[in-house]
Amino acid sequence: MNTETKQILTSDGVPLEKSLKKAERRNKIKAFLLVVPLLLFLVITYISPIGELLTRSVDDKMVTNMLPKTFKAMEKWDGQELPSEEVFASFLADYKILVEAKTQGKLGQRLNKEKNGFNSILKKLIRKMKNFEEGNYKEQIISVHKRFEDVSYWRAIKRTAPPYTVAKYLKAVDMYTDENGEIVRVEEGRRIYIKLWLRTLQVALFVTLFTFLMGYPIAHLLATIPMKYSNLLMICVLLPFWTSLLVRTASWMILLQQQGVVNDFFVMIGLVDDDNRPEMMYNIVGTYVAMTQILLPFMVLPLYSVMKTVSPSLMRAGKSLGGTPFVSFWKIYFPLTTSGIGAGSLLVFILAVGYYITPALVGGASGTLISNSIAYHMKQTLDWSFASAMGLMLLVGVMAVYWIYNKLVGIDNIKLG
Amino acid sequence: MALPSYTETRYRIWHYIYLSICTFVFIYLIAPLFVIFPLSFSGDEFLIFSDGMKRLDPDAFSTRWYKDMVWGTKNPWGLAAKNSLIVAFFATIGSVILGTLAALGLSSRHMPYKGIIMAILISPMIVPLIISGVAIFFFMAKVGLAATHTGIILAHIILGTPFVVITVTATLSGFDHSVTRAAASLGSTPYNTFMKITLPLITPGVISGALFAFVTSFDEVVVVLFLAGLENTTIPIQMWIGLREQLSPTILAVATCLIIMSTLILVTAELLRRRSERIRGINR
Repeated sequence: MNTETKQILTSDGVPLEKSLKKAERRNKIKAFLLVVPLLLFLVITYISPIGELLTRSVDDKMVTNMLPKTFKAMEKWDGQELPSEEVFASFLADYKILVEAKTQGKLGQRLNKEKNGFNSILKKLIRKMKNFEEGNYKEQIISVHKRFEDVSYWRAIKRTAPPYTVAKYLKAVDMYTDENGEIVRVEEGRRIYIKLWLRTLQVALFVTLFTFLMGYPIAHLLATIPMKYSNLLMICVLLPFWTSLLVRTASWMILLQQQGVVNDFFVMIGLVDDDNRPEMMYNIVGTYVAMTQILLPFMVLPLYSVMKTVSPSLMRAGKSLGGTPFVSFWKIYFPLTTSGIGAGSLLVFILAVGYYITPALVGGASGTLISNSIAYHMKQTLDWSFASAMGLMLLVGVMAVYWIYNKLVGIDNIKLG
Repeated sequence: MALPSYTETRYRIWHYIYLSICTFVFIYLIAPLFVIFPLSFSGDEFLIFSDGMKRLDPDAFSTRWYKDMVWGTKNPWGLAAKNSLIVAFFATIGSVILGTLAALGLSSRHMPYKGIIMAILISPMIVPLIISGVAIFFFMAKVGLAATHTGIILAHIILGTPFVVITVTATLSGFDHSVTRAAASLGSTPYNTFMKITLPLITPGVISGALFAFVTSFDEVVVVLFLAGLENTTIPIQMWIGLREQLSPTILAVATCLIIMSTLILVTAELLRRRSERIRGINR
């Protein structure tokens, strides 16, 4: 026997170590190849479009592309006094091209947003510029309207020069860049988005709290009563879980309406007057009631699966050692279930913060959330870059919670049904 | 949950409070589903319990809304049901194939970058639907698949795969890999091993993932709202329109059918779960 051999060889003479590494690598590639189809599919159809929301949300190339010569000429302008003849001439040249292509309307609208009263003087310019003579455009343009002599209008044009803007993000937190280029908040009465963000956060937090307060007792009951009863009661949790979201929302619309069952019941027990039935739908109350019921199973199921693992003898031991039921519960049972509480709360919070359908149907004006605003700007105002900006802000928040969830619970531990 | 006879009064009281809280929560969970059922047989066109219905007067009940659902003129439910089924069917198949393959790869102990890849594959379930809807809409519009069945099916495959990945990975977590090695050592080809050994063992997980994917697609409204044209309307879209514009009891007839369907799915899922636990119990 040759004791000098340092390497063990496989039957075909390759060192075992090398052969093993090769096999490992092959296994790695094999495993990876199985994941590749889904990964590629998701990256192409889903992850990269989400990434594109970023470029879309900061995109402001429209004016940049419409007035190339003007911005080139403006590079030398310091923005203090009225720009030079060259700027006026280039602006007129750019504008003529736009008028010929009939796209000048968009420019007018965009500049009007930047500085009020821009659209009308641009329209006036179209009519007058046909009779312009060669040379000395500065004077001729100013003669169209005296606002062209106002340097702030030219500053407004210059502000639109960069191809990217954070304006949409500022708008989403009720701020904007004013004429001097400073970031300021919009007037008190017109701050709507901050309120919406806060309301979304508030609804998500309270729905999480409510589902916890309601879910904990029933998860405990399900985990402690004999199997044959708990299977039956589990249906009460699982049936809503499997039922269409729209069906559940529809039933809440029926229950909560003014002539609805809940109001009938309140009148019957004398809680409210028949002529004075409270409005429980199309406001924040409806959003809370419906969302809590719809998200409750997502709290109960993780709690239940954790509580199932807590041995009942622990509570008995606590009691036999002199702990009252309350003390044994608080010192023994509750700490053992915190992982379930964490999992359920984070899941409910993540789902609640992006809720759209239910608030849109039962929320009315006071019960809508940020998602509804995103949908509104996607479908009604068609301000897609604003919708993208708000969507990304929401996404960052959700991802932060998802990250915590992953650290605490682990995504492979998500339990379904 | 009988209390021992030595329980002090205050704990006895507390116990009954606890039971009544639980009862209340269970009613809160399940009662809304039962409101739909009687109202869908209402004779009136208002969505409230009429006095006749409260007296259980047989004249106050009718099946006219069910007739309207099936034979009603200009009713959208036929087309919507057809579209919903087509979309859900293909989306389920796509999700199951892609998701099962990925889960098999992810469960291998050789899989590199498991954490980050899992996070990406699960993300469609975590990202708020409205954001998914916006992003998928931009993508489909760019490649010219907006307002097509293909576009909606692809979108639902995206949304359905996380469920398949999760359920199949869960089944595979109790999977004893020595059985596949045994098959290989007995001369089985990898394909044969997969078809004869692995697949039958993970079938409960695959089917339960398929159920999730099917329900997700069948119930999905946010993304379809962005993608669907008039031709691609689905049941959830029609319900959404109906609930926003005019609440007609026909919607409740549809809703009743959907509740019956979800009951069937629940029973199937529950049976599968037990079967899966039994099979895995044998393996241990």
